[in-house]
Amino acid sequence: MSPKPYPPGNYPVIVVGSGPGALQTSYCLSRLGVEHAVISVEPGPGGMFRRFPNFDRLISWTKPFAPAKPGTRDYIRYDMNSLIGDTAAHNALVRPYMDDVSYFPSRSAMQKGLRDFAQKGKVKVRYGCDWEGTRKTKEGFKVTTSDGVYGAKLLVFAVGVTKPWIPSYIPGIKLATHYADLLPASKYSGKRVFIVGKRNSAFEVANGLLTRASQLILASPSPLKVSLDVAHPESARVVYLQPYEDAVLGGGHLVLDATITKIARGRNGFRVTTSGTTRPGDLIFDVDEVIATTGFEAPLRDLAKLGVSLFGQKSLPAQTNFWESSTVPGIYFAGSITQGSAGLNKYGRQSNSGVVHGFRHNARVLARHIATTHYGYKPRRRLIAPEDVTSFLLSEASRSPEIWNQKSYLARVLAFEDNGEVVDQWFQPLANFVDSAGPPAVAITIETDPTGTIRPALYVRRLGNVEEHILDPNILSDFETDDHQAKVSSLLKGLVD
Amino acid sequence: MAKGTEVVNQISGIGLFADLSHSQLEGVAHTFEEESFPEGHRILRQGFGGSSFHIILDGEVSVQVGGQERRRFARGDFFGEISILLGEAPSADIVVAVGPLRSLTLGGPKLQEFLTAHPVVMYRMLQAEARRVHDTTQWQS
Repeated sequence: MSPKPYPPGNYPVIVVGSGPGALQTSYCLSRLGVEHAVISVEPGPGGMFRRFPNFDRLISWTKPFAPAKPGTRDYIRYDMNSLIGDTAAHNALVRPYMDDVSYFPSRSAMQKGLRDFAQKGKVKVRYGCDWEGTRKTKEGFKVTTSDGVYGAKLLVFAVGVTKPWIPSYIPGIKLATHYADLLPASKYSGKRVFIVGKRNSAFEVANGLLTRASQLILASPSPLKVSLDVAHPESARVVYLQPYEDAVLGGGHLVLDATITKIARGRNGFRVTTSGTTRPGDLIFDVDEVIATTGFEAPLRDLAKLGVSLFGQKSLPAQTNFWESSTVPGIYFAGSITQGSAGLNKYGRQSNSGVVHGFRHNARVLARHIATTHYGYKPRRRLIAPEDVTSFLLSEASRSPEIWNQKSYLARVLAFEDNGEVVDQWFQPLANFVDSAGPPAVAITIETDPTGTIRPALYVRRLGNVEEHILDPNILSDFETDDHQAKVSSLLKGLVD
Repeated sequence: MAKGTEVVNQISGIGLFADLSHSQLEGVAHTFEEESFPEGHRILRQGFGGSSFHIILDGEVSVQVGGQERRRFARGDFFGEISILLGEAPSADIVVAVGPLRSLTLGGPKLQEFLTAHPVVMYRMLQAEARRVHDTTQWQS
C-alpha cells in the first residue's frame, strides 16, 4: 500500500475536501502548475454523494445519447454530473455507469464517475485527515488536522453545504427526523408522515415514500415553486412531483402553505400544529413520523472566528466574484459553497453554483485565477481573427457548456488591443467583467428572461463603460443566424473594423 | 431564506414589515433570499435590466449617478423597487459603501405578487417613497 500523500508540512495551497468541487479544483491547479495539498476527512472521493440523495437518483441528468459526442466539449452541456478534464479520456466519466432506468444517474454511478476522474486525472487526496482548526500567520495560514499541522499561503475550502440545519424557531422541531438521518423507507410503511419543507429534498422524500406512507403531508410557509414555472433547476423538480399531482387531484396526500407552530409528542406519535399562510386557518395533524427537510449549512468550523463573514441559513461565506472571502483575503471557496457569490442574479434567478454542473466550471475559473494572480501563470495567448469575432461569440452562445450551465454568471471574454489584435480571455464571472475597468472588450453569455425565454446577452466595454445588449431569442437556440450576426457586428462597430 | 429566529427577529425590526404577524414574517423569510455583497460591489447597475428588490439587513450602500454619490441607504432601507415598478433599467448605480452588505432580495418578477399579497407592506413602502419624495423636494427648494 502506497503511503498517504501530502504529509503535514508547508504547501503553497491547501484544498480541503474530496467532493466534486475539491477534485475539479485540484485537477485544474495541477495542470496550471500550482503545487498544493488536498486533505479530506472522508475515506474516499465523492463528498455529499457518498450519502445523498437518500433515494439514490440524482436530479441532474447525464444523457447517454446526446446531440454531441461523449468526451467532446459540446457534450459537457448534456452531462451535468461528470467533472471536466483536458482530454477526452478524462471527460464524460459518469456515462459508462448509466443504466436504462433513468437519465438521472444513481448515487453509485456518480461516485464511480468521481472515483474514475480522480484516478485517471491523478488527483491525490489525503483521506481520513480531519481539518480541525485554522489560524492566520505572517505567511498565510496554519491548518491543524488530525494528521498534524499544515502551512499554506492560500486555502481553498470545498467542504460542501453538508451540516444538517434545523430551524430552531419551530417549537419541538428537534423531535423531527432530519433528512440526513432518514430511516430506511420500509420503516415508514403504513405511516402517516408529516414533512417540514417543500423544496427538492422534501419532494424527494415524499416521492420515495409514495409506496410506503399511508398519507404524506408537506408544509412550509411559502407556496411551492416548480422548476417549470420559474425556469430554475433548484426549484422543485418535475421528477419528484408525483406527490404534488396526487394532492392536486385529491389522491389524499397534502401540500400546504403553512407555518409549523408546534411539534409535540402525541398519543401514538406526534401532534403537529400549523397556521395557514396563503389561506388562513389553523390545522392540527396527528401523525406517526415527522421529517425535517430543512436543508444544510456550510460546515466552516472556526472560519468565522478568523474573520470570515458568514450569512444566511446556509452559513455561506461572503465572497468576491472570484470566490475569495470578502473579509479574509487568501481564503477561497470551491464547490457548492460558491453559491454565496451571487453574480448578477438577473431577475432573481440564482446561479447554478450550488450544484455540480455549475460549480465545476467555477472551479476551473478559480484555479486559473489563483494561478495567474498568485503564481505567475501566463495563459497561452490565443488570438481570434477580427473577421471571426462575431461568429466566435455566437458559436459560444449557442453551445458553450460553461455559458449554458452558468447562465448570466460566467461569460466568454474577448479583449480588443490597441494593435488591432483580439485576445481570447476565456471565461470570467460576468459580475467581474461588468464591474472591472479595462481595455475595450466584449463578453457573451446567455440569460433566461422573465418569460423563461433563453436569449444571448452581450456586454460591450468601451472607454471603461460597459453596456448591456440582450439579443433576440431563437426557438432552436441557434444564435448563429444572419440576424444575430448582423446585430452583433453592429454592436461591435469601431472595435473590430 | 435566512437563518431561523435570528432572521425573523431581524425582519420584525424592519419598518416595511412592522405590521406583519409572526407567521407572515416567517413567510417573508422563506420568500426572500439572503445575499451578501463585498464592499465596492455594484448591486444595481445603471442601464442593466433584470435587477432585484433589496432590503438592507447590514451595511450601507451608496446611490451613485455618473460616479457621484447622491445618497446612502442603511439597515432597514430598501432599493431596486423603482426600476421594477417602471419596468426600466436602473437610472443609478447602487454600490456597497460599508460591507459586507447583507440584504434580503426578491427577484423583480416576484415583487408585484408579494406586494399585492401583503397590502400592509405596500402601504409602508408608499409611505417611505412619499418621505423620499418629500425630502428631495425640500432639498431642492
